[in-house]
Amino acid sequence: MTEVIARAESTGTPAVITERGERAVFCGLTSIIWLHRRIQDAFFLVVGSRTCAHLLQSAAGVMIFAEPRFATAILGERDLAGMADCNEELDRVVSELLARRPDVRRLFLVGSCPSEVIKLDLANAAARLQRVHDNRLRISAFSGSGIETTFTQGEDQCLASMVPDLPTAQDSSLRLMVVGTLADIVEEQFRRHFAQLGITEVDFFPAARADDLPAVGPGTRILLAQPYLSDTVAALRKRGGKLISALYPLGIQGTLAWFQAAAAEWGCSAETVQEALAIPIARAQKALSRVRTSLEGKTLQFLPDSQLEIPLARFLSEECGMSLVEVATPFIDQSLMAEELARLAEDVRLVEGADLDSALARVRANRPDLTVCGMGIANPLEAEGLRTKWSIELVFTPIQGFDQVADLAGLFSRPLVRERQLEVGSWS
Amino acid sequence: MELALWTYEGPPHVGAIRIAASMHDVHLVLHAPQGDTYADLLFTMIERENRRPPVTWTTFQARDLGSSTAEMVINTLEGVCERYSPQVLLVAESCTGELLQDQPGALAKGANLSAPVIPIEMAAYTHKENWGASETFYQLVRGLLAARALKPGETKAPRAADQPPSVNLIGPTKLGFRCRDDVVEIQKLLEQMGVRVNVVAPLNATPRDLLRIPDADANVNLAPEVGDLTCDWLKRQFQQPIISTVPMGWGATRDFIAEVSETLGLDIDVESVGGSRLPWYSRSVDSTYLTNKRVFIFADGTHAIAAARIARDEMGFEVVGLGTYSRERARDVRALAKEYGLEALITDDYLAVERAVEALQPELVLGTQMERHIAKRLGLPCAVISTPAHVQDYPARYSPQMGFEGCNVLFDTWVHPLIMGLEEHLLTMFRDDFEFNDTAAPSHLGGEGGGAHQPDSVASIEDAAETDEPGAIAWAVSAEKELRKIPFFVRGKARRNTEHFAIENGLSVIDVETLYEAKAHYSR
Repeated sequence: MTEVIARAESTGTPAVITERGERAVFCGLTSIIWLHRRIQDAFFLVVGSRTCAHLLQSAAGVMIFAEPRFATAILGERDLAGMADCNEELDRVVSELLARRPDVRRLFLVGSCPSEVIKLDLANAAARLQRVHDNRLRISAFSGSGIETTFTQGEDQCLASMVPDLPTAQDSSLRLMVVGTLADIVEEQFRRHFAQLGITEVDFFPAARADDLPAVGPGTRILLAQPYLSDTVAALRKRGGKLISALYPLGIQGTLAWFQAAAAEWGCSAETVQEALAIPIARAQKALSRVRTSLEGKTLQFLPDSQLEIPLARFLSEECGMSLVEVATPFIDQSLMAEELARLAEDVRLVEGADLDSALARVRANRPDLTVCGMGIANPLEAEGLRTKWSIELVFTPIQGFDQVADLAGLFSRPLVRERQLEVGSWS
Repeated sequence: MELALWTYEGPPHVGAIRIAASMHDVHLVLHAPQGDTYADLLFTMIERENRRPPVTWTTFQARDLGSSTAEMVINTLEGVCERYSPQVLLVAESCTGELLQDQPGALAKGANLSAPVIPIEMAAYTHKENWGASETFYQLVRGLLAARALKPGETKAPRAADQPPSVNLIGPTKLGFRCRDDVVEIQKLLEQMGVRVNVVAPLNATPRDLLRIPDADANVNLAPEVGDLTCDWLKRQFQQPIISTVPMGWGATRDFIAEVSETLGLDIDVESVGGSRLPWYSRSVDSTYLTNKRVFIFADGTHAIAAARIARDEMGFEVVGLGTYSRERARDVRALAKEYGLEALITDDYLAVERAVEALQPELVLGTQMERHIAKRLGLPCAVISTPAHVQDYPARYSPQMGFEGCNVLFDTWVHPLIMGLEEHLLTMFRDDFEFNDTAAPSHLGGEGGGAHQPDSVASIEDAAETDEPGAIAWAVSAEKELRKIPFFVRGKARRNTEHFAIENGLSVIDVETLYEAKAHYSR
């Protein structure tokens, strides 16, 4: 089941080991859970099966929202057998939905495994529905299917699907576009920091309101807040945007480097940035030093899940003193990860792809102090006496920026602190 | 195509996983795309299982389509046999796997594997989770036992004189509602009766245990959603009678004891088997206030049917709504509802249930996690009695729903969200006290669940006069003040009733007199 290809390159970055086998990851539909909290007047209609609906309600903290802004148009036997015209059915469901939610300003038709296997053209359907509901809202389509996307890649597909709707910038003056979902509180902090650096021409994409679409053009500088946005970056580049290569804003070093890379485009030196942000940096250092003591010297293994693994590994080893046993990630985009990979020690075991049983066998052999893994695997590993951090929290919690550094480290230290604190015996 | 915000049941392959996860030495291979593996967390997070369900997925991706998906099935099957050496290998597909038409069951049959293979056809686009569980368990039992079935003309050997009477408990599974504790409670009850429990299945059983099923005198169909099909087959093939009373509630538990006695030919005094505090708690004076509280019940078929009887006959409530999402049990629930003078609500549309609750304004909702949402939104008290359920409905404590201890648990669980007897009086007495806060929930109710948060936005006559809505009803300021004197937990109902009364009587303004006319009209 496993196919291991070691690429020996003398680039100073770790060799990538490719694995193929069973993958224990969410599909891209899961991104809807944070996207629908971020874009507050958007609605996500998955065109799929009962499995899709069940995934969404199970992954969403088990049905926490009484009236979510997502739903599933469940395909039935009649749709598959061609007894019902899928497009007519979809039009009916969309009308039903829009009648119920007049506040919705943007509708995403989200493709799923079954809709893709039966080749239901949702882009076409979106265009048709746009003509019907033209004055009311925007309608577009993207794929969140498990056969096309892994977990966070759903956000990439969603944002890429919005790029054609972005207005064209009127001139080529410099303008910063921060790309990737961030919590409101992080956006506000980042805006203040950019203002301190004299950068006020800043847009965040996606914005909290679906109609706030930033303009794009040759003056656009793309700064990624999330590392898994390959297709979005490609689409923005086609519209003239230029990518600022940087570390991701996780940890003090990552956040500082992120601001420095952006500020450089505005002619601001690295030293100037460091001075301007001295207060939040000092605050973050103070807060992190308290958490660091629990993490220092502890061993850590990542199972492939969110694509946040490489920047997190960099933060936890460089700034928290953790020792990396293995860093596995579902997919590595060498261009978007270049800066991050350069910061990893050359001897770190870096795995792209997955083969669940062999990964678990390595966890059992290594017995790391902490394993970062998907939600389904965490309790079974805990029961084997291993401490875990389930990774979905990393996409639900504000973790970017200086003032969240200690919170981020805290996500990893809590299981270790808890282990020391509990006096109740173990599973066995 | 059907629009779903929430679903009461998962897809059928999740039912298959429930069977595999309930058992030992069984492994399920699912032909499914990457992402479908989320189902693991149902068991490891919601039910806090300490092991992954014994399921291996092919997790194909787009690049595998059209060429290598069938090969992935074979590789996965071989890997599973090597790694897990299961006694039985179940093979099925998720919804997307089904569309590929790789026929993994046939592939497995032809692959010369080291474990016996039982393929399961899921029909994911017509069926749901409970059907999938029922079908998987049936195929598994049939696959293992068909060769041992009684021949035509053969009769089941009578129990040896030195053997105690015995039964199997059929149907309890992982992720079932309190199955873990119900099994323990019913085993205790049967032990009291001198009846041996031969096999419990699928919960904690191995395929070898299933082979012993025919040894018992009868089968207890403890979870009909899962066990019906199998119990019927066992009755036909092994002449094992079915004990079909689900022992949930005081009366039903006694009926169950009677049915077990009769089926096994025992002479047992029901009183001697055990008892519950429910009858006395229900007769004690504090419970007077439970009389004819209006309850709405929506659950799986088994729990809905049991809850209706308990609610009316054992708690003294009035059942004002009864329904289920289990289409397989629709006929039973419809028949029962008719007996209660109601029309059953048979739907898996969460919004339809919400509309029904909103229209009925019950004083207590007994439902699933979905109804808990609905009740919270409408400010109604609610207790969860059935799956789908939240992590908190898999409690650490012993908390059965069945048997005599189950009666105690149900009494507490259903009464707890309500405002209790004396408390109801005190709230009324002190409602004008300056220190009494109308919006404060009773002390025993936490942040949610109580009737305390009911919004109370009165459109006064001044506001109403500005609306041009035809047929709109305005409240006179005096009537509105009077309405505020009514305890908040019945105010919503009083408002609705009064407005209803006004409409029926063609009134456009509600004054104090209208309020009391309506009260008299609706008083029981």
